[in-house]
Amino acid sequence: MTSFYVLFTIFVLSVFLGVEVISKVPSILHTPLMSGTNAIHGIILVGAIAVLGSAHTTTLRIVGFVAVVLATVNVVGGFVVTDRMLEMFKGRRPAKRPADGEQT
Amino acid sequence: MTSALNWSYLVAAVCFILALRGLSSPRAARPGNLIGAFGMLVALALTLAAAHIDNVALLVVAMAVGVAIGVPAARLVRMTAMPQMVAAFNGVGGGAAALVAVADYIGNANGAALSSGYRLAVVLGVLIGCVSFSGSVVAFAKLQELMTGRPIVYPGQQVVNAAGGVAVFALAVAAVAGAHLALLWVLAVLCLGLGVALVLPIGGADVPVVISLLNSFTGLAVAASGFVLHNFVLIVAGTLVGASGTLLTRMMSAAMGRSLVNIIFGAFGAAATDAAVAGTGAERTVRTGTAEDIGTLLAYSQRVVVVPGYGLAVAQAQHSIRDLATLLEERGVEVTYAIHPVAGRMPGHMNVLLAEADVPYEQLKELEEANDVMSITDVTLVVGANDVVNPAARDSPGSPIYGMPIINVDEAAHIVFMKRSMRPGFAGIDNELLYNPKTTLLFGDAKATLTALVAAVKAA
Repeated sequence: MTSFYVLFTIFVLSVFLGVEVISKVPSILHTPLMSGTNAIHGIILVGAIAVLGSAHTTTLRIVGFVAVVLATVNVVGGFVVTDRMLEMFKGRRPAKRPADGEQT
Repeated sequence: MTSALNWSYLVAAVCFILALRGLSSPRAARPGNLIGAFGMLVALALTLAAAHIDNVALLVVAMAVGVAIGVPAARLVRMTAMPQMVAAFNGVGGGAAALVAVADYIGNANGAALSSGYRLAVVLGVLIGCVSFSGSVVAFAKLQELMTGRPIVYPGQQVVNAAGGVAVFALAVAAVAGAHLALLWVLAVLCLGLGVALVLPIGGADVPVVISLLNSFTGLAVAASGFVLHNFVLIVAGTLVGASGTLLTRMMSAAMGRSLVNIIFGAFGAAATDAAVAGTGAERTVRTGTAEDIGTLLAYSQRVVVVPGYGLAVAQAQHSIRDLATLLEERGVEVTYAIHPVAGRMPGHMNVLLAEADVPYEQLKELEEANDVMSITDVTLVVGANDVVNPAARDSPGSPIYGMPIINVDEAAHIVFMKRSMRPGFAGIDNELLYNPKTTLLFGDAKATLTALVAAVKAA
């Protein structure tokens, strides 16, 4: 079992890494950033699977089941929504004609 | 097997870092997000392949249900409703983190001796996860307009909240000292209440900042669960989100010219200001124009700055404003968009909406950049924005939005203000700009009015 000190070291280093990586994000990407980090904390699904995968009482099965459902929504929803948003960020394309047959 | 699992966690952690780094530029952002998703997939696949997985049928059903809810929700949500979608996905993550912490505790309680460090991690996972879950639910309800977006305040609120906070703290300490399952459940329920109490008094315009804060909470709850399970990828991913979310929250509150403390606790004293605001307005003259007048004005300008706001998005008029801009550019008019950091309902929200309408991001100017050229601008076209151009934020210290940096549209030669009605903006504050002699008002639905403007410019 990994020692607490190693885990805590990882934790502290991650704090610095998180701040470092994010300080370079331009404000036009703040919404995708929020949604992208949102998807990343969906990693809790790994924990939820571990809980349900080792559940041996009814209570634990119920708790694990709910946790897996919630975490799955978090993961797939988070990544899909972020991808949809980022798909729209395009640069200026040369001589673009107004889109035909566009409907709103 | 375990070693393969650990390697997959490392792969996932690196992918997440690359995903966040990709967000430094619009071009690298999408591939970055896919890399993050790939890392997630690797970690999940090896977790599922681990030898000691029971309840396989339940697991498959649970994940299928999750996908069946998550994918359609993410696919079908309108871009205007993005902030509440993010709140919802954030809330479920926080709930999952709290449940994982509790479940691991239940599984361990009858066996191994529990260290106080372990109990601390469980308590933090439950506490932060529950606050994030219920807080996100309230934030969702406010933005989805299932409840009022106004701050909800009542007499003695501070006392009640302080008492709740003290109770949670005392319970948490007791649970760390000698945990008991019943104690944990009580703590969970209290924290759910605390999350609701935290978000209720926050006004609609500030809710996005709170969502960002809750997002970082969920990250920290996931990290705490990582300590509970001794799982380092949960710690790395959760902490990355926690740290970046905290930084983003601070950047957002800075963009509104307020401190985070003021945003979260500011509404407690806001009742008096509201009354003062309601007293003003009405009985003052404004100048209105026709689409033809404005069309001519725009067609013969050299530099036009569009200031879009949430009203533009509500009217689904992103495409119409793009058409107008294209038409003006064909006539040699220089058109740019001035994007306030909190335009829309979330920082960067307006950029997403305009990107949806194929507006090249080079034309989108941030606040300072836009203000620099405002004095040599012929016309500013304010479409569905209000609070972000309200001079009260600059000039009247009594105003609730005082101190928020604004786009100084009143420095331009002409101001065209497109509005649906004289109703004040999201923050509920009257706008002095409407009575400015340089201002012409154009009433009507943004989309219909913009279409009329396109016709007028063509005719000019």
